[in-house]
Amino acid sequence: MHARFGGVVPEVASRRHLELVVPVLREALAEADTELESLDAVAVTQGPGLVGALLVGLSAAKAVAWANRLPLVPVDHLHGHVASLYLQHEPVEPPFLCLLASGGHTLLIDVAEPGAFRVLGTTLDDAAGEAFDKGARLLGLGYPGGAAIDRLAREGDPAAYDFPVARVSGLDFSFSGVKTALLYAVRDLSDDELERRRADLAASYERAIVSALVARTNEAAEQTGAPRTAVVGGVAANSELRAALPDALFAPLPLCTDNAAMIASAARYTEAVPFPGYLELDAYASG
Amino acid sequence: MARLELTSASPEETERIAGRLARGLRVGDVVTVSGELGSGKTTFVRGACRALGIEVPVTSPTFTVGHRYLGNRDVSHLDLYRFQGFSPAEWGDLEPYFVDAICFVEWPEAAAQALPPVRIALRLSHVDREHRLIEVEGDDRQLLAEVSGDADARV
Repeated sequence: MHARFGGVVPEVASRRHLELVVPVLREALAEADTELESLDAVAVTQGPGLVGALLVGLSAAKAVAWANRLPLVPVDHLHGHVASLYLQHEPVEPPFLCLLASGGHTLLIDVAEPGAFRVLGTTLDDAAGEAFDKGARLLGLGYPGGAAIDRLAREGDPAAYDFPVARVSGLDFSFSGVKTALLYAVRDLSDDELERRRADLAASYERAIVSALVARTNEAAEQTGAPRTAVVGGVAANSELRAALPDALFAPLPLCTDNAAMIASAARYTEAVPFPGYLELDAYASG
Repeated sequence: MARLELTSASPEETERIAGRLARGLRVGDVVTVSGELGSGKTTFVRGACRALGIEVPVTSPTFTVGHRYLGNRDVSHLDLYRFQGFSPAEWGDLEPYFVDAICFVEWPEAAAQALPPVRIALRLSHVDREHRLIEVEGDDRQLLAEVSGDADARV
């Protein structure tokens, strides 16, 4: 859908959610070979996100839970990403350090036990996935930008350009400056030169972002003494990041992007609201 | 319509200019923030948030579309970068962000005429690697004078 709309947002708009929520629910029940009457609880994303879209899911979940006299489990989207790690054949066992890197978020989280979520650091401006996406646009690449840069970077020299990533204090990230550095590098080139250097720019840019992610992740691992590091979110699909953190556990690729399974997974470690006390629950835009 | 041009020499200065604007804003005000990648739009909104007592990280809403911050006056921070065009259904998604908050809208072009009345329209652009030109447009000359502060500004 992203490709069809050229990176536009109808897919997050509530109208699309409204059209799809019932068919998706039917399909999920059919695929799981079950029915509403057999469920124990209903889990739903409460936030953070676009409020209108969240409200479609929240209202549908309330209706299903209420009609079947089930408890409702309101789940935080970011907790869901961490819980994607518990869906593998050999689930990751806490304690671990989690790097959550996506288009909208970049966080380092200390996970002491299932459901625990202590934020150690966050981006202060752009998320890593957003930096990839906007970098791809500056380089004239397609959407999704992260995958396009990752592909092109394999043909380029990661040492060709020096794109400094700002070092901020603590365990926080900043990716706004590196995006602007790429903008200036692209601007300084003629069209012909850009065509020739595109792969080098992509490789150097990817290296800069990945190095910053890895450096901070390793610092956090040292500070917390976490025995394991795990990576979740869309950026976990990045091949350079996977290569740079050989000992880290990565969420399965289909679970790296936003999905419902991770929300159900997180629900196991989130307090349920018993029937019928959840009708007043509201969605939230920001965490 | 009055117009003001300021030059900022650093992200810190951009934040200070934004702070002077924020102190003159009221709940319900809409501020559009235009400008290409890397011109300091999110930096500007961060400066406004700081002046309104918001201390949490103020990050780019490009992917999330909207953030909402609780402060002395609440701030909504929208980003329409990923929109191409605008229908009433999309407006329905954005409308709650304009309620009971000062609303900053990055990449407002996609919404063109669909936004509520805009009190201040900002345009940021690259001068060179350090400097940014900040153009401020609005009807309220008093507010523009406050934004200019003692800076070398042209109204």
